[in-house]
Amino acid sequence: MDRARALSRLKFADSGFRLMTLASALVVLVLLAGVAIALFAGAWPAFHEFGFGFLFSDAWSPPREKFGAATAIYGTLVTSLIAMLIAVPVGLGIAVFLTELCWLPLRRPIGVAIELLAGIPSIIYGIWGVYYFRPVMQSYIQPFLIGTLGNVPVIGFLFQGPPFGYGVLTAGLVLALMILPFITAVSRDVFDTVPTVLKEAAYGVGATTFEVVGNIVLPYTRVGVIGGVMLALGRALGETMAVTFVIGNATKIQTSILAQGTTISAMIANQFADADPGLFTSSLLALGFILFVITFIVLAAARALLASLEMKA
Amino acid sequence: MFMKSILCAAALAAGVSVASAADISGAGATFPFPIYAKWADAYKKDTGNGLNYQSIGSGAGIKQIRAKTVTFGATDAPLKPQDLDKDGLAQFPMVMGGIVAVVNLEGVKPGDFHIDGPTLAAIYLGKITSWNDPALKALNPGLNLPNLPIVPIHRADGSGTTFNFTYYLGEVSPEWKEKVGVATTVDWPGGIGAKGNDGVANNVATTKGAIGYVEYAYAKQNKLTHAGMINKAGKSVEPTLEAFQAAAANADWANSPGFYQILANEPGDKSWPMTAATFILMYKTPANLAASNDALSFFKWAYEKGDKMAEDLDYIPMPDNVVKLVETMWQKDIKQK
Repeated sequence: MDRARALSRLKFADSGFRLMTLASALVVLVLLAGVAIALFAGAWPAFHEFGFGFLFSDAWSPPREKFGAATAIYGTLVTSLIAMLIAVPVGLGIAVFLTELCWLPLRRPIGVAIELLAGIPSIIYGIWGVYYFRPVMQSYIQPFLIGTLGNVPVIGFLFQGPPFGYGVLTAGLVLALMILPFITAVSRDVFDTVPTVLKEAAYGVGATTFEVVGNIVLPYTRVGVIGGVMLALGRALGETMAVTFVIGNATKIQTSILAQGTTISAMIANQFADADPGLFTSSLLALGFILFVITFIVLAAARALLASLEMKA
Repeated sequence: MFMKSILCAAALAAGVSVASAADISGAGATFPFPIYAKWADAYKKDTGNGLNYQSIGSGAGIKQIRAKTVTFGATDAPLKPQDLDKDGLAQFPMVMGGIVAVVNLEGVKPGDFHIDGPTLAAIYLGKITSWNDPALKALNPGLNLPNLPIVPIHRADGSGTTFNFTYYLGEVSPEWKEKVGVATTVDWPGGIGAKGNDGVANNVATTKGAIGYVEYAYAKQNKLTHAGMINKAGKSVEPTLEAFQAAAANADWANSPGFYQILANEPGDKSWPMTAATFILMYKTPANLAASNDALSFFKWAYEKGDKMAEDLDYIPMPDNVVKLVETMWQKDIKQK
């Protein structure tokens, strides 16, 4: 009798627990759908007014009520691309060094330092960017790029224009520094999970460190590494304050990456507080919706990539 | 029935807040914030009543008063009379000040450098890009201007300062009016966007070859190099209290419905060309009479006793005849009992 009661109580508790966790999971879905719907509803007047042209127009003129997302989308994608181009190879390189090559007593201090870097609030990177990094860009790096790469045919147009210090490249470099620790910290942790036996077997048959990393470590950990890279990309796409400080907040697309631009989140941060109700506010919400979609596409692409890798394996 | 009970509840709530004598609440322009804060402090000592002013920008101030979350809104960009009527708002000027162009050029001290409106517009249009441009050299024969790119810095957020600045550029440059326009946020042809008067001041201070525009108080606090200007009369003027006052004296407040007056590009030998007034917005038939009355007594007190404090911070108090006009408007338009 007691046993039956105890069992039924357990069953009841268990189904209760199941329901609670299910509800928590559903809350996430409901919130996600709610955010998407609310953004889309707010953005609707702008989409309705400008149609698909909104995505391709680089106009941004509140007094004339002409808005387009192209400048912000372009800036968001280009700054993130620059950041990834630099941070992925360097971040993986640091992780490989820490797990495979670094002198043992140094591993922990360097590892902790990188985790600390990952914990620095983005506003600090912004302040550093505008007060210390930007003057260096203006006085040394940009004049150097204009004088050298600016004269190279084909790619020269990317490095022309006056050196203001502010710009898409500056923002991309600050972003690279911000996401570097994410990539390093995650890849170091997953590199540590590679069974020593596998690596020793490879070394045993005469593989070099480079071959071990390329043929054993990376294939074994690719899911984790791609996860870390995507996390970093997500941060780069949505980063607001550090970018706003150094990108120059110009609402025109310019071909040179030394020139000023803006990103979706920088635009919203700068203008939302005092945007007039109507098309202006709606266009900013539309920008938010587009960022939402871009992030979604990036995550979906990462999933698809992982799935195709699993298939091959 | 349901609506009625909500209204009753609201009325009750309003009644309760009257009894508790809450702080006067206002929000808006950042430009007058230093003087409003100073007045509020003195007013509290004088009368025991407090003021809670949030400096969130002119555009946001208009938004807040329309949403009725504050008793008064504050804006540097006045609303047109028809917009006031649409929302049942009353508008009056509270205090005036000057906008100055600031530059970052090695060896150039405050007052050394001079510029006129059309040249300033050409810089912000991206047509003059170097400091040794012939137009700048002609205005500054005594200066050895370097071959350095000009970095124009503007506000990235919506701003009453931008409204007054673009209004001035539109007055002196037809091309500006046509291509860029006049508003609290415009489609800038180029240059760097920075947030707030502080942001522009900081960016100018740290960027070689930069030019920007800020309220005079911010230029003074940050020890920036301001530029002298050539005014409408063709005379060279420096940003001083007298120059701001000379421009303000031209304003014809009596014949401007809703006190809609923009003080840019005023005539007169001594007038500073980029002078601006900052305005208060209140409901003519306020939902909370007591709060509205409290706010009006604060403004009355500020007009009477705040002049010295304003001048200390380089603001220009409203002349007595304008104060009379404003107070007559209060009696006539704003419900007080």
